[in-house]
This record gives sequence, C-alpha cells and structure tokens, in this order.
Amino acid sequence: MTWSEMQPLLSEASGDTLYMVGWSTVIAVVGGLPLGVLLVLTDRGGLLQNLAANKVIGQVVNIARSMPFIILMVALMSFTRTITGTTIGREAAIVPLAIGAIPFFARLVETAVREVDGGLVEAVQAMGGNTWTVVRKVLVPEALPSLISSATTTVVALIGYSAMAGTVGAGGLGDIAIRYGYQRFETQLMWITVAILAVVISLIQFAGDYAARALHRRGGDSSVAPRLRLLKNRTPATEAIASDVNRAA
Amino acid sequence: MITTSGLTKVYRSRGREVTALDGVDLHVREGEVYGVIGQSGAGKSSLIRCVNLLERPTSGTVTVAGQDLTALAGRGPRAGRELRQARSRIGMVFQHFNLLSSRTVQDNVELPLEILGKSGKERSRKALELLDLVGLADKAGVYPAQLSGGQKQRVGIARALAGDPKVLLSDEATSALDPETTRSILQLLRDLNRQLGLTVLLITHEMDVVKTICDSAALMDRGRIVESGTVSELLATPGSELAAALFPVGGDASGDDRTVVDVTFHGDAATQPVVSQLARTYNIDISILGAAMDTVGGKQVGRMRIELPGRYEENVVPIGFLREQGLQIDVLDRAEPQAVPAKDGAK
Repeated sequence: MTWSEMQPLLSEASGDTLYMVGWSTVIAVVGGLPLGVLLVLTDRGGLLQNLAANKVIGQVVNIARSMPFIILMVALMSFTRTITGTTIGREAAIVPLAIGAIPFFARLVETAVREVDGGLVEAVQAMGGNTWTVVRKVLVPEALPSLISSATTTVVALIGYSAMAGTVGAGGLGDIAIRYGYQRFETQLMWITVAILAVVISLIQFAGDYAARALHRRGGDSSVAPRLRLLKNRTPATEAIASDVNRAA
Repeated sequence: MITTSGLTKVYRSRGREVTALDGVDLHVREGEVYGVIGQSGAGKSSLIRCVNLLERPTSGTVTVAGQDLTALAGRGPRAGRELRQARSRIGMVFQHFNLLSSRTVQDNVELPLEILGKSGKERSRKALELLDLVGLADKAGVYPAQLSGGQKQRVGIARALAGDPKVLLSDEATSALDPETTRSILQLLRDLNRQLGLTVLLITHEMDVVKTICDSAALMDRGRIVESGTVSELLATPGSELAAALFPVGGDASGDDRTVVDVTFHGDAATQPVVSQLARTYNIDISILGAAMDTVGGKQVGRMRIELPGRYEENVVPIGFLREQGLQIDVLDRAEPQAVPAKDGAK
C-alpha cells in the first residue's frame, strides 16, 4: 500500500477513534462521578450511610468491571438498539464503551474521594453545611487532581477498548490494525497505526498529568504525588493492573 | 452560654461498647474561656463534638445560647435545617486546621458565608475584614499550602468567626504548633474573647494552654469530669489535681525531723510577704523547696512548698499563723496518710 492509499484510511480511523473515545469519556465521567461519590457516601461511616445500597451499587460495578469488553458489547446489543436504533457503526459502539467505562471510572473516583481528609468534611458540617455542600465544596474540588488522573486513565483504557469496536463496524485505529495489518499482512500500515496510538496515548497522558500536577501544586496534600508517579509510562495493558493496585492500596 | 447535662456517648462497634462520655455536666458562662483538659482517650474530643452535635450524644442534653440543640437534632443521622442553622452560629477551630487546599485563604474564609447564602460582595468584604483581624490581610490570595502552621490556624480562626458566632469551640487548636506560635495563637484567642465577648470552649492536653488563657477549667478522665471550676476556685480546693498540675511544686524533706508544708496563694494573701513574716515572728529558718507563682486571670496565684525545722507537733503554732493569713495549707507527712501528696496530681 502506498501512502496515498493509507492516508485517507488513517485519518478516517483516527477521527472514528477520537469520536468514540471522546463521547464515551464524557458519558463515563457524567455517570461515574456521582456513582463513585455515592459509593463513598453510602459506605459505613459515610454521610449517607446505607449499607444495602452500597452493596448493590458495589456489586453492579464489580460485575460490569469483570466482564470482558467484547462480551459486554454483545450482551448490550439489544440495549444499544433501543438507544441508537442500530447495533453497528460509531454511535452503536459508544453505548458499550460508555457503559464499560462508567464502573471503571466510578471505582477510580471512589478511591480519589476516599483520600479527602475527613477533617474537611467535619469542618464544613460544623459550619452548617449539608451533604450536598460537602460534595460540591469539599469532596469534588479537593479530589480534583486525583479525579483528573482518573479521567486520564479512563481515556487511555477506552482507547484500548475501542480497538474491539471494529467488530461492530465502528472503525477506528484498532480496527485498521486488525483488518489491514493482521488479516491482510499490511505490516507497514499496522505499525503506523500502532505509532499513532502510542503518540495519542502519550499526549493524553502528558496533558492529564500536567493538569493534575498544576492543580496539585497549589495544594499541600501529598496523597496524589505517588499516584502520578505510578501513572507515568503506562500502556493500556498495565492500566488494569495499576488501577487494581491503586484500589487495593 | 454552653450547658450540657447528663451527656453520655457510647460507641458501639461489632458488639463491643465503649463509653466515651459518662454523664458529663458542663457549664460555661458567657464571655469566659473554659478549658477542658485530659489525656488522650479521656473523652475531650467526643465532648466538644457533642456540643455542636457533630457527634450525637447517646443521652443527655446540650444547650448553647439558650437553644436546646439536642432537641433540634431529630431522629435520623443527618442534620436537619434547624440544627445546621444553629451550627453556623457556633465557630469551630481544629488541631489540623482543616482548610481546603483547593481554595485560597480568602475563599476558605468565605466558605461559611457561601453556606449562609451571602452575596459575593458581602462575602469578600467580611472575609477581608476577618483576615485583617487575625493579622493576615496580605495573605488573602495565597493557598494554605504556602502558609506556616500558625498562619493556617489564624485562617482557621478567621473562618470560624465568619458567621458572627457567640461561641467558639477549639479542638486542640494549638497542639500541632510550636511553643512560640502556640503563645501567639492563644493571645489571639484571648484578644477575640475580650474584644468580641466571645465565649470560648477549648479542649487541650497541654496544661500551659489552660494556664495561659483559661478563666475556668475542667479535668476529664475516662469520660467523666473529675474537677471543674474557675482557676482560683480550683486552687482553693484542697487536693485539687488540676491546681497541683497548674502549679506543680516538688522537693522532699531534707531529714526526718522536718515538716513540709504546701502553701497555696489565691486572692489578696498573695501580695503579703508571709514567709518572711513567719520567719521573723517565730524566729525559725524556712527553706523553700519549690514554688510556682503566676498571674491567672489577672490575679497573682500560686503554690509554694516550704520546709520548717522540727516535726509537725512542734510546728502547730507557725502553721496556725499561716492559716490565719488566709492561706491554704496542706501539710505533707509521710506518717500521716490523710495529707495529700501534691506530686501525684502533677500529670
């Protein structure tokens, strides 16, 4: 294949990847942030302690997290059809991507929010603040550097998942690498897509780290610094392990 | 201003019960600085958190500025509107400052005003005024991480005053600070107490804090208040552990045929040169073994341990003379166990 043949393929695939990952990240953040905060609030000793609700949310998150993405995509097909009217194409891929990423991001949010000093919550309660005030003025702003790191991790993971979206005809860089590089022995094209993915992931990681560190620099809390160090030089393959380590820690 | 009666707090976890407060009756008068002192685990933290109901007492009542807070609490674990309004009129400062690292100093002070729903203009005017009051007018735009511990606590105090409280609760406010900074923060609390007529309830494990600014004090041990009263009342109480700790005097008798006497000065007698009068009147040699004198609440108070030659029987008359001067006398005698050894109280 010549460059003039490859170029339109690659630019379309890059556009598809960014489209899918962009929208599913937005949905994952919108859905995962409240879910993660709820996981903390409903836990034992939380402001809205409700162990039954906590257990239910926790179980749903765990089940969704443990399901391989390709299975999730197939399992959600009828749901996807109700929402987008189709089970193939970019829009159809966004549904399983977002649903797979919501619990992933929610767990990272939970970890980040748990690290907020309980004394700050107490201080706001002593001022007469209610639970909503605590969430809005303390938990989310204080966890923001960690939340940005978590969003970065989620974007990188979503780029990895989006490679499988090709199976529902959604296109994207991962799909090109498999269809052309692997099935048609276009090794050169495959390596180019891998290089593009590597550059995109590095840029996203760099931007995320930069934003988190810039926010963190003004605060004196040291709890985020080691996590940032862990986040450096990650690949999608190590993401899952690293997030499990973070969760266990 | 603050009254608790029969306050009890029992923590239950996994079938075990821990009693943190065991029937605490506390009475803090308007405009005074009241110190609760005790070792860690004595229940001080639970007590101060029960005053603004951050902790729900298991039983008993809390009244602040005539308002029964326990009645406002309701049944559920969450604080209702009325309780939250009452809390906004009680300031609180913390050992670890609890400032939001994501907000500037000014924004931290504005936080309680945001909760009260004040307008932006009013918030910044009030915040700058309070920062000026605590001496940090030039730090409004910096983040807490850029401040020293003492400065952070000043911001904490400014924030606590934002809702124009009548009562300030201080939870070990100086325990994370060095001695010099501690003094300046205590001085600030004292000034605010005088200028604004603020009633201050503080808990601490440092006797120096009580000595420096408290008008009244209570000693807590295992969830109970063991002693309480104004500082001069405590000094006047024979065998008071708090008095002994506030004014520790040491020293043992230099021989068997000596009488050791602890003399406590409070009120007007403190200005009289009683020791030299005693020596002249009875022509005896007096050794001073130890002494601790201080100005507490503007009055000269203190204790002195002196040694008189001869056994107790030989010193009945000089001791009677000291008692006549209006001094409180405790005779230490190893042979007589009813005398109170002051050293044991010095924790």
